[in-house]
Amino acid sequence: MNNSSFDFTVDKAAKTVLLTREFDAELSLVWDAFTKPEIIDQWWAPAPFSSKTKSMNFEVGGRRFYAMVTPEGQERWSVQKYKSITPKSNIKFFNCFSDKDENLQLPGSDWDLNFSEEDGMTTVTISIYNESLERMEMLLEGFLQGMKATMQNLENLLATQTVK
Amino acid sequence: MKSDYMRRDIFQAIADPTRRAIITLIALQAMTPNAIADNFNTTRQAVSKHLRILTECDLVKQEQQGREIYYSLQIDKMKEIDKWLDQLRALWETRFNQLDKVLSTIKKSKK
Repeated sequence: MNNSSFDFTVDKAAKTVLLTREFDAELSLVWDAFTKPEIIDQWWAPAPFSSKTKSMNFEVGGRRFYAMVTPEGQERWSVQKYKSITPKSNIKFFNCFSDKDENLQLPGSDWDLNFSEEDGMTTVTISIYNESLERMEMLLEGFLQGMKATMQNLENLLATQTVK
Repeated sequence: MKSDYMRRDIFQAIADPTRRAIITLIALQAMTPNAIADNFNTTRQAVSKHLRILTECDLVKQEQQGREIYYSLQIDKMKEIDKWLDQLRALWETRFNQLDKVLSTIKKSKK
């Protein structure tokens, strides 16, 4: 059902994860999906997790305070601080785990998202710079614990996907 | 004996080109520090330092054979890194596939 191109690379030396994905939708729609909390929450958390945006002020200097919620109801809070916004073109923000009171758990990561449209298809390029990839690894592993069944499903899914 | 504070960032360890070259070299066969150093235009001390960092990350292991110490690759540790990257990629794939569905739902509702 999905044949969009997906490019995923990790530059360990530069401590950067690079993602490029094409979407079968016009730019304004994709932009909304990345900038409106009610839409973000519909796709941000990989199932069976859910995303819950508690507050979001999409402007330079503003922040999104949100949680990934496990099926058991456990919440993992994060804060995104918007550093730069060029409408329908670019977003730069700092992302960091936090506690439920918005106290940051440093270090975090720097995100740079680019949007462009061609022939009704929208390409999103995301670069994520982490001060410590190993820290990201630890956090991710903690988060993914107990998710083995889902990973199994994902493997099946992956087999049908085009991964470059 | 390895103390916790000595543990290194594994990604930092493999970010260095010389250390990556050492990994490639000893992936084929266990080697002594001298034999490894012969392949590089650097001092034996520099190679020893690289080997120490790789050992602290559990990426290589040392084995005493007679009077010589042989270094070899910890294949499992390397696989762990790959596994983590696969998980990260899978996470983003799920996320983007979900976004595909959301976008198509919104498109339909607009028609």
